[in-house]
Amino acid sequence: MQPARTMRRYRRRTFVNRFMLILTVGSTGVALIPLVLILSYVFQQGIGAWGVEFFTDTYRPVSMGEGSIQTGGVLHAIVGTLIIVGVALLLAMPIGVMAGIYLAEYPGNRSATIIRFCTDVLTAMPSIVVGVTAYILIVQRTQQFSALAGSIALVVLMVPIITRTTEEMLRLVPEASREAAIALGAPKWWTTLTVVIPMAFSGIVTGILLALARAAGETAPLLVTVLGNNNLAYSIFEPMQALPLLAYRYTEQPFAEVNEQAWGAALLLVVIVLITNITVRLATRKRLSR
Amino acid sequence: MTDAFSRSGGSRLRQRLQHGDLIFWLVALGFALLVVALLAIIVAVTWNGSDEARDTFGIIGFITSTEWNPVAGEFGAAPAIYGTVVSSIIALVLAAPPAIMIGVFLSDLCPARLRAPISMMVELLAAIPSVVYGMWGVFVLIPFYRTFIASPLSESVGEYIPLFAGPVAIGRGLLVAGMILAIMILPTIAAVSRDVLTVVPAHQKEAMLALGATRWEVIRHAQLPFARAGIVGGMMLGLGRALGETMAALMVIGNMPRIETSLFQPATTAAAQIASQLPTSQSELHASSLILMALVLFLITLVANSIARLLVWNVSRSSGGR
Repeated sequence: MQPARTMRRYRRRTFVNRFMLILTVGSTGVALIPLVLILSYVFQQGIGAWGVEFFTDTYRPVSMGEGSIQTGGVLHAIVGTLIIVGVALLLAMPIGVMAGIYLAEYPGNRSATIIRFCTDVLTAMPSIVVGVTAYILIVQRTQQFSALAGSIALVVLMVPIITRTTEEMLRLVPEASREAAIALGAPKWWTTLTVVIPMAFSGIVTGILLALARAAGETAPLLVTVLGNNNLAYSIFEPMQALPLLAYRYTEQPFAEVNEQAWGAALLLVVIVLITNITVRLATRKRLSR
Repeated sequence: MTDAFSRSGGSRLRQRLQHGDLIFWLVALGFALLVVALLAIIVAVTWNGSDEARDTFGIIGFITSTEWNPVAGEFGAAPAIYGTVVSSIIALVLAAPPAIMIGVFLSDLCPARLRAPISMMVELLAAIPSVVYGMWGVFVLIPFYRTFIASPLSESVGEYIPLFAGPVAIGRGLLVAGMILAIMILPTIAAVSRDVLTVVPAHQKEAMLALGATRWEVIRHAQLPFARAGIVGGMMLGLGRALGETMAALMVIGNMPRIETSLFQPATTAAAQIASQLPTSQSELHASSLILMALVLFLITLVANSIARLLVWNVSRSSGGR
């Protein structure tokens, strides 16, 4: 009687064990399904929109006449994204990198704790709140939607990413390298600039690239600051078009040709984001294992 | 001047004064304080910008009033807050179980060669721009959801349970928004779960194994309890992300500032309402109310994230100390 019951319990335990282990594998599989579905759908829908015209032409109103429908391209959005994200990068890079240097090279005092806390809060802040702030500061003051307001909003979203990565990468630099430089008589700042930063350079670039990829795909803050523009605009004091904005606006339209262009823009965004993330991951893994 | 400084400031300050170290330290500190300033500016500007709405409705009145009518000048945030919280909780309920299982799989069971690629693929889910999720939701998920989930549910259980009551018009609503958000926050929860499960001390697992436990029993009775606080922290981080998410919610939730019992009815979230109405706000009070809503949204996410950080931080600290 006794051995039979033990046996039964043992069998139940192994069954539960096997069932739960299979469940973990299953969950992982289920989680990857949306990734595959989304990526394949974006590729399938977006690749049809890609053509020479897509990259070289700007918006054309949909003509309802017969024959082939000319839909133009998204050059204005590509240029807009480059300008908006470029300006944001120029502003975010010095702040983020220097703040990261401060946190890594002068740790252990109260100001570092406060700054780290603020970085965390900024990382978690909803992007629309940042957009609202830029809206109040620039759009309401100047009575004009502008690319600059969008760039400012993106700066706030990029800085914490750059700061965090820079800090982590500088911490990976062995203390011995710093000590070696100081032993040769170099002051601390010279050590930081000529020894520590070059050793962590690729890591810092990694953080900047990640911030760039995040900013390129960000839509919500641009919606309330940059507004969108159907023409090619170069002035940062005017409304501009951007790829994620265009994808959103073109999705809302009832015309299939315009929707297709939205998918084309989405594909371009996804390609940018995927290339950045995969490159960054491969690069970091190589360095960490070395 | 150097001497005067060093005598009063102690040896650390003296070190920094040498050979231009002070200048570099000040420059770095200045940029670092800019980060603090950014946060302060955001809080101050949204606080100032919401002056008019706060004077008119009061904060409590604003978040409890259910009327949102820009034409009549009535602005209450309750529908938006309700939609934000409910869609995020749906997302959390849907995403947490598989995400924790993924964490378990990646930390313990996955073959070492597959760990990095699978981790990367799960994290890529977090990298896809939210507007792409929104588009996928509009063109793929909503048609599927309407035919295979919403309509059958509302026609069967929906007759008795008001939560699933019909009619399912175009399909946009709280539940489908929660589903999209679930996909978006899954990588966050999975990554944190994996990290806190990895730091469970080996002797805890070995003790269970030595007693003859199966692999799942080790996970269930040694690892999950040890990492519980951290996993809850990861869930709160995911919740914070879902609360603040704008585009995906904006595109699939239907944008109706109403509180309905049924999850199939269109609703709105705070972020979606701000994004869709702020550029075309019809009056000072309208804009001011949307700004106040942004401030409220910020405070809600701040609370969720602070709890999350505390929990995750406690786990990593307690395991590091032992």
